[in-house]
Amino acid sequence: MGFHQISVRVNGNDEIITVASNLTLLRMLRETLSLTGTKNGCAAGECGACTVLLNGEPVNSCMVLAVEVDGQEVITIEGLAKDGQLDIVQKTIIEKGAVQCGFCTPGMLISARALLNRNPHPTEEQVVEALVGNLCRCTGYSRIIESVQAAAERS
Amino acid sequence: MTSAHPGLPEFDYVKPSDLSEASQFLALHVSDARPFSGGTDTFVRMRDGFFNPKYLVDVKNLEGTRILKFDASEGLTIGSAIPMNQVVAFSEAAAYYPLLVDAAKSVASYQLRSRATIIGNICNASPAGDTIGACLAYDGVLNVHGLDGHKKLPLKDFFTGPGKNLLKPGDIVLSITLPVPPKGHAGQYFKLGRNRLSDLSIVGVSALGYKDPSTKSGFTFRLAIASVAPVPFIPTLAEEILSTEPLNPDTINRAAQAAMDAVTPIDDVRGSAQYRKYMVRNLVKRAVNELQHKLTA
Repeated sequence: MGFHQISVRVNGNDEIITVASNLTLLRMLRETLSLTGTKNGCAAGECGACTVLLNGEPVNSCMVLAVEVDGQEVITIEGLAKDGQLDIVQKTIIEKGAVQCGFCTPGMLISARALLNRNPHPTEEQVVEALVGNLCRCTGYSRIIESVQAAAERS
Repeated sequence: MTSAHPGLPEFDYVKPSDLSEASQFLALHVSDARPFSGGTDTFVRMRDGFFNPKYLVDVKNLEGTRILKFDASEGLTIGSAIPMNQVVAFSEAAAYYPLLVDAAKSVASYQLRSRATIIGNICNASPAGDTIGACLAYDGVLNVHGLDGHKKLPLKDFFTGPGKNLLKPGDIVLSITLPVPPKGHAGQYFKLGRNRLSDLSIVGVSALGYKDPSTKSGFTFRLAIASVAPVPFIPTLAEEILSTEPLNPDTINRAAQAAMDAVTPIDDVRGSAQYRKYMVRNLVKRAVNELQHKLTA
């Protein structure tokens, strides 16, 4: 099986990595770069636990090959805070108590950040649509949706 | 059986530098190479063991695959590497091809649509493909590169069975062109899933209608139905009834019944064949009513 050398910017750091053809972006982040905030849930593009930003757009990192991100930019949950300050959606999700087990939270936050980047003032329906690909088995979603709305109001 | 392990089976990733190299490679390795673009279907099926290619050929960077443009005479051309979200966000797609944008927005989730492509949806040739019906209703033509160079394949002849299409070894679909639609047309995608958002369809009805003085009813309707036959299904008798008879509730009921009678769904995990047939009747009726309302409002 072939290996490929790629250069990729992850959370602002330039990395040069040798990856196998079948290595997913998810595994590269978790196993090669030890960025374990990105979670492996279904490995089939359905649960959204592995959502990261690829060139600013949210993707399921289990559905992207590491070799495909050569020359591109990835932001994971570890890269959401800036200068020691949590992102506003991170703050509101804590304030609203919208976390129980926390497994879905990194993916939720990345999807929420991507939504607010493209639409700073979404309606509740637009928040729901943006989070359709992020499954939560604990909270029942209400507080998560409220957190995103609160973040939009404050930013 | 779906495994939650994040790994994919072993394969070699191949990124051809031009079209002829890509077509030749795919033709040479016809049984053990697969082209892919977004990978949203390919990777899942590889994990599930449905296929196990030796080579995955990335066709996203080839000439002609990144086009997304609208031309007032030729229509809309969407490259095979263009993710669905980009089509949805393209203002001329929303303005002139509302049915396509409606259908694309119904596919899975936003982050999956960052990668999923309309051409991928078409090439997979699933009877459930959400965007296929719109492409059929808009008379799409595929622009294909093969061993003998470029060719065009009308979408209406493309599907030959579940997961099967007319592509020959070495063929790569570069883009689809949807001609300029009739002025003032209305479109709507009615998707019935097990949940309101994100599921595959139990039944999906793509409907396009426009005022047409050349028909007896004064309207022409184009319908395509997902998940009810081995290929995306066009209920031609229903379409004919809707253009040759005065458009009233009785005509619409008979057209919906004709569509129900013509489909040949199967029982599967998402719904029974009988339920699907009833839903075809209900959704065709609802779709035509909705379009009539839009066209006469």
